[in-house]
Amino acid sequence: MPLSTQSQTEGDNYVLVASLDNVRNLSNILKAITFKDHAIFNATPNGLKVTVEDSKCLQANAFIQAEIFQEFTIKEDSVGFQVNLTVLLDCLTIFGGSTVPGVATALRMCYNGYGYPLTLFLEEGGVVTVCKINTQEPEEPIDFEFCSTDVTNKVILQSESLKEAFSELDMTSEVLQITMSPSQPYFRLSTFGNSGNAHYDYPKDSDIMELFQCTKTQTNRYKMSLLKPSTKALALSCKVSVRTDSRGFLSLQYLVRNDDGQICFVEYYCCPDEEVEEE
Amino acid sequence: MKFRAKIIDVGCLNHFTRVVNTISKLTKTCILRLTPNNLYFVLSGKVASGGVGMWCELSQANFFDEYQLEGVAPDANEICLEVTPENLSRALRTSQNAKCVKIKLTKKHCPCLTLVAELPTLSSVSRVVTHDIPVDVIPRRLWHDFKEPRMPDFDVSIYLPPLKTMKNVVDRMKNLSNFLVMEANLNGEMNLKIETDLVSVTTHFKDLGNPPWGDDGSQGRSRSRDPEVMAHTRVDIRKLQQFLMGQQVNPSKAMCNIVHKRIIHLILLHEDVSLQYFIPAVA
Repeated sequence: MPLSTQSQTEGDNYVLVASLDNVRNLSNILKAITFKDHAIFNATPNGLKVTVEDSKCLQANAFIQAEIFQEFTIKEDSVGFQVNLTVLLDCLTIFGGSTVPGVATALRMCYNGYGYPLTLFLEEGGVVTVCKINTQEPEEPIDFEFCSTDVTNKVILQSESLKEAFSELDMTSEVLQITMSPSQPYFRLSTFGNSGNAHYDYPKDSDIMELFQCTKTQTNRYKMSLLKPSTKALALSCKVSVRTDSRGFLSLQYLVRNDDGQICFVEYYCCPDEEVEEE
Repeated sequence: MKFRAKIIDVGCLNHFTRVVNTISKLTKTCILRLTPNNLYFVLSGKVASGGVGMWCELSQANFFDEYQLEGVAPDANEICLEVTPENLSRALRTSQNAKCVKIKLTKKHCPCLTLVAELPTLSSVSRVVTHDIPVDVIPRRLWHDFKEPRMPDFDVSIYLPPLKTMKNVVDRMKNLSNFLVMEANLNGEMNLKIETDLVSVTTHFKDLGNPPWGDDGSQGRSRSRDPEVMAHTRVDIRKLQQFLMGQQVNPSKAMCNIVHKRIIHLILLHEDVSLQYFIPAVA
């Protein structure tokens, strides 16, 4: 049945309705995890979790709590679906990506359950756009089994200086090496590219270091191509927590403030690069 | 064949430049028709331009302080040239501060529109910048291709929504689909729609108003038309996007005539320039 002929009465059969006065409070955070076409949506009474994965080695999650929405109604304990994220973003930003002061686009997002499209109503200045996006059965997100009890090293930094470092990272390096240690160099980012090796050191008592809890010296390498998308989340954030566990798995958690000053979280999990150097 | 014209007013120069900039964004090449009263930038709607037609009319007296034309023959007092508007645009851009800009038809190694700009300097001596823009002279036997297009027998005529809003929406829709349906009715409602396997998007514009065309054949057909019924045409979205990208100035009137399943006819009216753009339907 063509999407455009579905009747209006389906509005009564929704399992999820979420409304925002300012659609950017959703679209901006989704942009921070858009590096693959497909995203897994999972809604619970707590809010919305959106997951994007890459080659089973990287997972990004965006959390938008129910309180962020002007309306968040869910009729089941858990509602899940999968959509094309780039299509969704094009729809959310249908009235243009930039902000004009005083003008906001309102969003009402409705989902009727398995087999139905995700329906978006967007309104700006009296003009209404209706989008119906096909959904698929959601895949099960990978469980990286990263638990806080197994965390060996953790730092919380203000994002500002990490943003500088990430914008200068040598992209010809295949890996980003992260060293965390209770002793020198404390927290170091390293690259090994065509122009040579580069190191960015953050001492434990520096101003930007809000928390420093390192118990043992660990050096891990992660594929640069996998971590590159995380710079979008970094750019939006004001604080970032970096944690590694005993297996060398990396957890990056970003604290993001939206247009209205409310807090949302984005986290990235990354597997260490298996090809360890011989030295 | 002779053509010489001069602009000395800075406002006229800026305005003329904006018009040429708009044309250069709409098409790589087009026909420039010079007549005693008007200039026309024309695309004939043939296969070469993807079926798109354009008719931009400027009243020469509103731009030029001096204007002398001797056409190809006494009974055909006009000149028809094929130009690349981007070249003219570029030349005009460097002349924005000029005290005086002269445009004339010359013969260098090939026929040219030569633009001579007198630019102010700190001293009393002006700096002169000359651009020679190659053109092709269109022979008279081909002129019938570039006549003013007839107003189509439209099903619905409607005022356009703000072009900026249309452009934002069409830009996004272009990411999702190659084709767009524009539909409108006599109740001042217009929808822009795309539909693919993945997604359908419809933008609804209301309260746009319908132009009160005079008592002619088209209006006769429209008068008996149910105001709720939409006339629609499906077009290549890039052609609509190109039209919207080119608009630099808010027109005093912007409207659209839709011939059901045949053509979209867009009309923009400014004080002294009118622009018509025809986008054919695709199956």
